[in-house]
Amino acid sequence: MTLELKDVSKRVGADMHIYPSSLRLDRGSFNILLGTTLAGKTTMMQLMAGIAKPSGGEIWFDGKNVTSTSVQKRNVSVVYQQFINYPNYNVYENIASPLRVLGKPEAEIKQRVGKFAELLRLTPMLGRKPSELSGGQQQRTALARALVKDADLVLLDEPLANLDFKLREELREELPRLFHDRDCIVVYATTEPSEALLFAGNTAAMHEGRITQFGPTGDIYRKPQDLITARVFSEPPMNVAQVTKTGGKFSMDGVINWAASASLSALADGVYTFGIRPHHVLPEKTSEGAVKVSGKVKVAELSGSESIIHFDMLGNPWVSLTHGIHPFRAGETAELYVDVARGFYFGSDNRLIER
Amino acid sequence: MAKITLRDLRHSYMENPAAPADYALKKLDVEWRDGGAYALLGPSGCGKTTLLNIISGLLIPSHGQVLFGERDVTKLPTEERNIAQVFQFPVVYDTMSVYDNLAFPLRNRGVPEAQVDKRVRTIAEMTDLTGMLKQRASGLTADGKQKISLGRGLVREDVNVIMFDEPLTVIDPHLKWLLRSKLKELHQRLGTTMIYVTHDQTEALTFADQVVVMKDGEVVQIGTPVELFERPHHTFVGHFIGSPGMNILPCAVKDGEVAVGQSRIEVDNAAALKGLSGTYELGVRPEFTRFANAGLPVSIAKVTETGRSRIVDTRFDGRSIKLLLEEGEQVPSESAFLAFDKKHSQVYGDGWLVE
Repeated sequence: MTLELKDVSKRVGADMHIYPSSLRLDRGSFNILLGTTLAGKTTMMQLMAGIAKPSGGEIWFDGKNVTSTSVQKRNVSVVYQQFINYPNYNVYENIASPLRVLGKPEAEIKQRVGKFAELLRLTPMLGRKPSELSGGQQQRTALARALVKDADLVLLDEPLANLDFKLREELREELPRLFHDRDCIVVYATTEPSEALLFAGNTAAMHEGRITQFGPTGDIYRKPQDLITARVFSEPPMNVAQVTKTGGKFSMDGVINWAASASLSALADGVYTFGIRPHHVLPEKTSEGAVKVSGKVKVAELSGSESIIHFDMLGNPWVSLTHGIHPFRAGETAELYVDVARGFYFGSDNRLIER
Repeated sequence: MAKITLRDLRHSYMENPAAPADYALKKLDVEWRDGGAYALLGPSGCGKTTLLNIISGLLIPSHGQVLFGERDVTKLPTEERNIAQVFQFPVVYDTMSVYDNLAFPLRNRGVPEAQVDKRVRTIAEMTDLTGMLKQRASGLTADGKQKISLGRGLVREDVNVIMFDEPLTVIDPHLKWLLRSKLKELHQRLGTTMIYVTHDQTEALTFADQVVVMKDGEVVQIGTPVELFERPHHTFVGHFIGSPGMNILPCAVKDGEVAVGQSRIEVDNAAALKGLSGTYELGVRPEFTRFANAGLPVSIAKVTETGRSRIVDTRFDGRSIKLLLEEGEQVPSESAFLAFDKKHSQVYGDGWLVE
């Protein structure tokens, strides 16, 4: 079972919502669409489901061209950010509804509803109406309904975004387990890099209607192939600054200098963009090659277990994220260590410099 | 500006409350100093909105008093309390320019136009709205509109308190980082008392000097972020704050000695356990749990990547114990021993820290 998008695009009026994009998703895979609001994640899902028709390109499912097949004729389930349930049905009937549409026998309905209610910890609530449930339980009901009919394609559009922090954490842990023994293709849209990392699977990073990179989630996190993907996949946002390479040396404004590592020594002299994640900029020197920098602190946020220091790095807004409590006052100059060995270098075309 | 005192505050939505469960807000005594940053933190339905409504004057409590400075404002309507509020969803006058939106609360109170102009420009500069002052508010994105809401909340200099009700919930994670630190920075610059209501631990802990953690209408702990992290007074605080939350394990106490299974555990509150025997709970955060050569025998169940670190989920006697590993640290292959940091290991009885 595969879902294939071949140069699929979507134009609405004069606006390109999705630029020609190709993607191949395999059976049993968990795929994440990662990007900010308006990156095109929801439109992409509507195209995959058949809810929206592409303006160009083709969609193939299991070797068949389904570009003009309506959503009703595709075996698709969708869960949205808003909890959508039938308000006048109880939880049992809500979960059973897709099976009733398919005309399944009562015994099978009972067995399947029971199984998914158990899996989603809804068994004690089967007799209740959605209005009598907490937000987490309402979304569990919507998830159970999406899973109960054995869809080939399950689309989850930021399903946890409207939940409390702790409920989100709980459901994040449960979700992969729900798909563990299933054959379907799962697509999960999120704005949060941490969510993508937790689910692992594959990630398609999206930005302004384009898929900037697709592949195993860990690979994309460790090796974003361009600056946009690197930014999409960093939380807090990646720190960036212009650096100039001269001979074997990188320099930031002539003020901060470090030697190019062996793998970068052959790189042509010139101007590059240097990117480093906030947890590799630390108040203590923890690695040999770390480079000392200093900057004026704008604000220091201290949670109980970590410090987030926002500071000015030669005119760029940078952030340091570290375990432990490191109190800095606004306005004071902080000395921090940048672990340059963990940094990324991007060329003038914003492509990652391989090393 | 004023100190805020909540004295013997309780509230029930019922006519004749009797049992503790009849109270949406159980008992609260707290004093907030002038110019402090405070957070009310808890899951949906914990009573934090009830408390917020009592402070803002939308609700008169069934018992107790609210004092601003020495003045009893318990029964005063909102407009006589001299407070500013920022809500979850942006409240913006779409037909007005950004400038007029910011000026509105001042003009409404007859502030001379020259003073209005000066203040609007100051606040616009602080909230990065200077370049948009002439634009109509209707054309802005969700976060742009929320910035206007923030700016409007901050524009009056004479307010007793500014209250924020989940102000960042609708904002993309990338912008959330920026707006959150902005708010902290604004608090430092303005020095107005601020109360921030949220279910998001990160927002509460990074913003506030002191956090009130609530559950089922009850205040379970009031403390600094460090206190809540290092010494939770209740297992709920341990679970709710921190991601993943605190590990909670049944343990046997025998005349002050603590054991989990066959393993003896050294705890910080050992002195309070003298003379006690029975089944209690051990609480240790993942941050203070580590692999060791000897200790509690566990099996490795799952390893999750978070980018910065890995969450290792282990099992002891069918129960989950999590720990955090930094980049580069090794995960044992199948079975391992765990050790806990004594200073951060505590015993709880009926959910509460034994003291």
